[in-house]
Amino acid sequence: MRAVTQVYEGGFSDAVFNSQKVFRALMDAMASPGRAIEIGNLAAAPSPISSVAASVAATLFDHDATVWCDKSITSSAAAIGWLKFHTGLELTSNPSDAQFALIGDLETMPSLESFAKGTSEYPDRSTTIILQIDGFNGPEELTLSGPGIKGTQGFAPSQLPKMFVDQWAANRGAFPRGIDLVFAGKGALAALPRTTRISKKEA
Amino acid sequence: MIESHSQLATYNFAYLDEQTKRMIRRAILKAIAIPGYQVPFASREMPMPYGWGTGGVQVTAAVIGPNDTLKVIDQGADDTTNAVSIRAFFQKVSNVQVTTKTTEATIIQTRHRIPETALQAGQTLVYQVPIPEPLRFLEPRETETRKMHALEEYGLMHVKLYEDIARHGRIATTYAYPVKVEGRYVMDPSPTPKFDNPKMHQSPALQLFGAGREKRIYAIPPYTEVVSLDFEDHPFEIQTFSEPCALCGAKGSYLDEVILDDKGGSMFVCSDTDFCEDRQAEGHRGHLSANPAQAAVNPAEAAE
Repeated sequence: MRAVTQVYEGGFSDAVFNSQKVFRALMDAMASPGRAIEIGNLAAAPSPISSVAASVAATLFDHDATVWCDKSITSSAAAIGWLKFHTGLELTSNPSDAQFALIGDLETMPSLESFAKGTSEYPDRSTTIILQIDGFNGPEELTLSGPGIKGTQGFAPSQLPKMFVDQWAANRGAFPRGIDLVFAGKGALAALPRTTRISKKEA
Repeated sequence: MIESHSQLATYNFAYLDEQTKRMIRRAILKAIAIPGYQVPFASREMPMPYGWGTGGVQVTAAVIGPNDTLKVIDQGADDTTNAVSIRAFFQKVSNVQVTTKTTEATIIQTRHRIPETALQAGQTLVYQVPIPEPLRFLEPRETETRKMHALEEYGLMHVKLYEDIARHGRIATTYAYPVKVEGRYVMDPSPTPKFDNPKMHQSPALQLFGAGREKRIYAIPPYTEVVSLDFEDHPFEIQTFSEPCALCGAKGSYLDEVILDDKGGSMFVCSDTDFCEDRQAEGHRGHLSANPAQAAVNPAEAAE
């Protein structure tokens, strides 16, 4: 019974203005890579989907969006039920077909290479990966540069995919093809578009 | 009994339905991630004809929120038909604050100019674009231009600029002057005068481009390299004007010629009306500005 109500509760209290607020945060995040932008907790989805990831999903997903979810999320019937009920998304089992990917567990996620990078003619037909993390004050700070950044920008997410700096260099090297990342932290989000270059901070 | 008209159904906030906004928003995010690349989108019919800025209006409608302040300009002016009607449209369907002041606006929708006042971080400039494909007049087939962008094959554009030089002795393109964004995509900056091209380079503001009829959205993120195409021996140059603005005396702003009579008389005035009015309010005068003693409404001002 509890699981059933979980599926229906926790959507945006105001579909129009909440999604506008979250979209503006996403747009600003894409336009200034690595900067964490506060959005608060506007949506509540069943575990393991975090509030910010749920907000991003409710803002961007619908029946026109093909979404791949990792095992941590697909193994929860309540979480998948919530996504289906609140967004009407189309799920796919193949990451390379996905317009969006929702990742609950960065440890076990597939390599960035396995997602859609788009084609040379249509580089926009690529996956935007939403990564759930704890926050933006992790132990290791990356130094970012590229479009949207004046000089350099520090970025310290609490978790990163395995071998991230190397994987990202390969992604950057495929430009204009490539995947884009959205990091959903606690109450805030940040983004790394494919144009961003990463250098590890010199000690 | 109807108690008040507010009980009646109204348009959704900012006119578009939420599914359309999501579709446009997804396109905008990809456009920002691939600077200068034209993202196809399912452009809707708007309550105005194609060519009146339907692309810009759809982008603005997908982006705007209740806390925004909107400015709309047409050829730099806040008081021309296109600007007035689009501003009124958004006042009606989204009830947002509107302004004519460049510095107060969070979103500026523009047709064919970039404001003279430097834009700030956090501002968004939305361009209305008639023909987004810079290669279109050189190659009419979309399949071919798409391949040319994919292969970064922009030789044809340089040939076009070279033919200008062969025929006129200089690059004669004065508006919609092609730029290269972040060293990769050649992009049409919409029919802005080339005078405005340098303002796009490393701008702190986000620049979004919407082409409604052609169904394309593209973007330049803040702090992005935007270089006007040129040759070493024929470097890119912007227009210069031999006289200052006749109303505010500004040198170095973009001027429009206004015909004054049928005997060949004309004056040059700033195309950016907000910039010109601000300067006049600060006391700058051009050689044709009204005598402040006669024009002033405030008698104290007239006494000065």
